[in-house]
Amino acid sequence: MIRKPLFLLLLWLLATPALAEDLLMARIPMTFPEAMLKLQNVLKAHGQTLSRVQRVDIGLTSKGYKTDKYRVVFFGRLDEIREVAEKHPLLIPYVPHKIAIFAEEDETLIVAANPASLFPEKDPALQKFVRTWKADLEAIFHDMREE
Amino acid sequence: MRPFRPLLLILLLPLAGVAHAKDAQLERGEALFRQHCAACHGYDGMGGVGVPLALPDFQYSVTNKYLETTIRRGRPGRVMPAFKSLSDADVKAIVKYIRHWAPGKPYRYPVEPVRGDREHGKQLYAKHCAPCHGPNGEGGKGTGVTFSRPRDLPIIPPALNNPGFLAAASDQFIKATLMNGREGTPMVSFLKQGLSEQDINDLVVFVRAFEDHPLPVHQQPIETEQATIVYDSEYDFQTTINNLKDAAVGNNFIIIREQKLESGFVPPGQDNPKQHIIYFCNFGFLNKALAIDPRVGLFLPCRVTVVEKEGKVKVYAINPERLSRLFNNVELNRLCHEMNDTYVSIIEDATL
Repeated sequence: MIRKPLFLLLLWLLATPALAEDLLMARIPMTFPEAMLKLQNVLKAHGQTLSRVQRVDIGLTSKGYKTDKYRVVFFGRLDEIREVAEKHPLLIPYVPHKIAIFAEEDETLIVAANPASLFPEKDPALQKFVRTWKADLEAIFHDMREE
Repeated sequence: MRPFRPLLLILLLPLAGVAHAKDAQLERGEALFRQHCAACHGYDGMGGVGVPLALPDFQYSVTNKYLETTIRRGRPGRVMPAFKSLSDADVKAIVKYIRHWAPGKPYRYPVEPVRGDREHGKQLYAKHCAPCHGPNGEGGKGTGVTFSRPRDLPIIPPALNNPGFLAAASDQFIKATLMNGREGTPMVSFLKQGLSEQDINDLVVFVRAFEDHPLPVHQQPIETEQATIVYDSEYDFQTTINNLKDAAVGNNFIIIREQKLESGFVPPGQDNPKQHIIYFCNFGFLNKALAIDPRVGLFLPCRVTVVEKEGKVKVYAINPERLSRLFNNVELNRLCHEMNDTYVSIIEDATL
């Protein structure tokens, strides 16, 4: 059972205005397979479709390079992909959205680019899209940090 | 005694309030640390991508001001970002939480600047410091102790010629670090190495003079324009795709995957056929980039997207130079320049 002050604190953190960090990062106190499973579940819970997983580590080891577990998870929503293609073509190389997930010993790190840092342009329609994208990522990262 | 009891409670009440406020600050600091810092520094403060903050010797030798300024200004070009949007109260709460790993008073330094012979300091720096901190104070290679690098190093030598470091570190702090070393890291006591206190003063004066000699532009974060590279193709949709694949292979890349933009979101065959993605990779390059900064995999493998709309064919790609800034890691500058040139070369070969 979460204590009330901590609950209020978490609410406050969620309500914190947009921060200027260029990368969103979180450390998940889980092994890589556990964190990977959790990420898939969190994405699903947030209404995101996981479209593909790029197994970077498999590609590297197949070519003789030594590496730890490393994947890139592609996800998004079909309506967003279509909105980008139709109205914001400069965002095309950035959809589907991506989260890099990699092992650091018995813990796991996840990383995503902060879309507000990538696209600071003033165009209101673009900004609306970017704000939603960023809010989605922050909510996903928040849930990933939760035990 | 009984009449005094309510009075005693009333007198103790403000103290209880202070204690509660301190606990709240610590809890807030922990939550903020988990949100903003733990990814790099670890939940236990023992480092990873970032430096180990929980080392007792580090804790006792850095001042709160050093920590606060470091959070505020970061280390430009050295991964640690500047957290400009945090409030003063947030920063203080984070510092309080960081301090909980080593309860006790940190050392307080005199405020007087150190005086010494800069030229002599330069000679000493070249001999004693440059092997780890770099000839121009640019710092050691690599991004913390993580991923494919050896995990037996507790810390990457910090960049001394860095506006964030120079703003955070006082002369007396630098002097104390040189005099005492930093237990648990490769930083040794230079007094024990045979230098005199005056030699150390000379070194401090030389390091402080980095403020007047910033690193060359190629070792500073890249400032650049658009996040996306866009080209109009002179060829039809399919020819552009074929040309791009040929150009990528010609630039020593392997085509690893092709798909439609909507692939994975709609049943096969129902995606828009005029939005085509080509993924390609040079595994040697990928390995090199990940060894510098494991987070960079976020923008790899390489990808170009070909779109036909209203009879016009366009090619889109990320702009690696623009992305370099996100990582705040100047070691990536050269690779991002190289990658940018490669993207432009491949797309121009295919479209012009």
